[in-house]
Amino acid sequence: MQTRRWEDLTVGTELDAQEFGPLTRTDFVRYQGASGDFNPIHHDEEFARGAGFPTVFSVGMLQAGILATYATDRLGPEHVRSFGVQFREQVWPGDRIVCSGRVTGRDEPARTVQLELEARRVGGGVAVIATATFAVP
Amino acid sequence: MVDPSVVGLADEPFEMVLERGKIREFARATMSSHPAYLADPAPVIPPTFLTTTSFWAPPGRSVFAKIRLDLRRVLHGGQEYTFFGPPPRAGTTLTVQTRVADVFEKQGRRGGTMTFVVTVTEFRDPTGRLVAEARSTVIETGRPPTAADDATGDGATGKEHS
Repeated sequence: MQTRRWEDLTVGTELDAQEFGPLTRTDFVRYQGASGDFNPIHHDEEFARGAGFPTVFSVGMLQAGILATYATDRLGPEHVRSFGVQFREQVWPGDRIVCSGRVTGRDEPARTVQLELEARRVGGGVAVIATATFAVP
Repeated sequence: MVDPSVVGLADEPFEMVLERGKIREFARATMSSHPAYLADPAPVIPPTFLTTTSFWAPPGRSVFAKIRLDLRRVLHGGQEYTFFGPPPRAGTTLTVQTRVADVFEKQGRRGGTMTFVVTVTEFRDPTGRLVAEARSTVIETGRPPTAADDATGDGATGKEHS
């Protein structure tokens, strides 16, 4: 969890990938409690099946939050200046997700770096992509 | 189709207090064990923490109540947070206000028109300084989303906007 230094964060630098999960229904519920989003499609099996899904699935903002954790663990929670996500595939119970990222830009005067990040389902596709800006002291 | 005249519509501002326990709970739920969240007596908020405005928003007064989305057909397309300096810390009271920034349509890959609604939420500290901004894109699909949407990449997670 050592914060990366400016000299190390050149354009093209890859951050070490990290695996999270397997995600459980309990993880979904814990996130729903923490976030206040109680859409039953993420925890109520009957409701999810009734809506045409094989089972419940994760909250998009949970994998977004895990990807944010991946970034702040490496660059420091107090240094984030922007974090934007787009949702791709759904994440299902039992999925493991691998977070990775790389430096795509540097602003020398502002001492900020731009990152592209993704959370990929093991054995599946990309669940969430993100772009982020971090200050680097 | 959402009426495009809703662009510019804003809801009533409300207060949100950033609390240490909620930050800790959120950090754990998003699988962080960083001491900046868990050990600092006044931790900064995690990057996506401002999604918890739903705990503070007055019920039924959301701007979404006014734009009449069909919730059975709503997907969460994207979410972006901007911080104008370090993220705010526990103990801060923020004033929160959401406005509709844009409404536009696109053709879905599997047919049907998708309507995109972009909202911008401003978070101001007690001095009135803008400390953070959230930009959210929700998509109203032409028909209810199904598991098959997963393969199309059209959308999203099936997360309904609450």
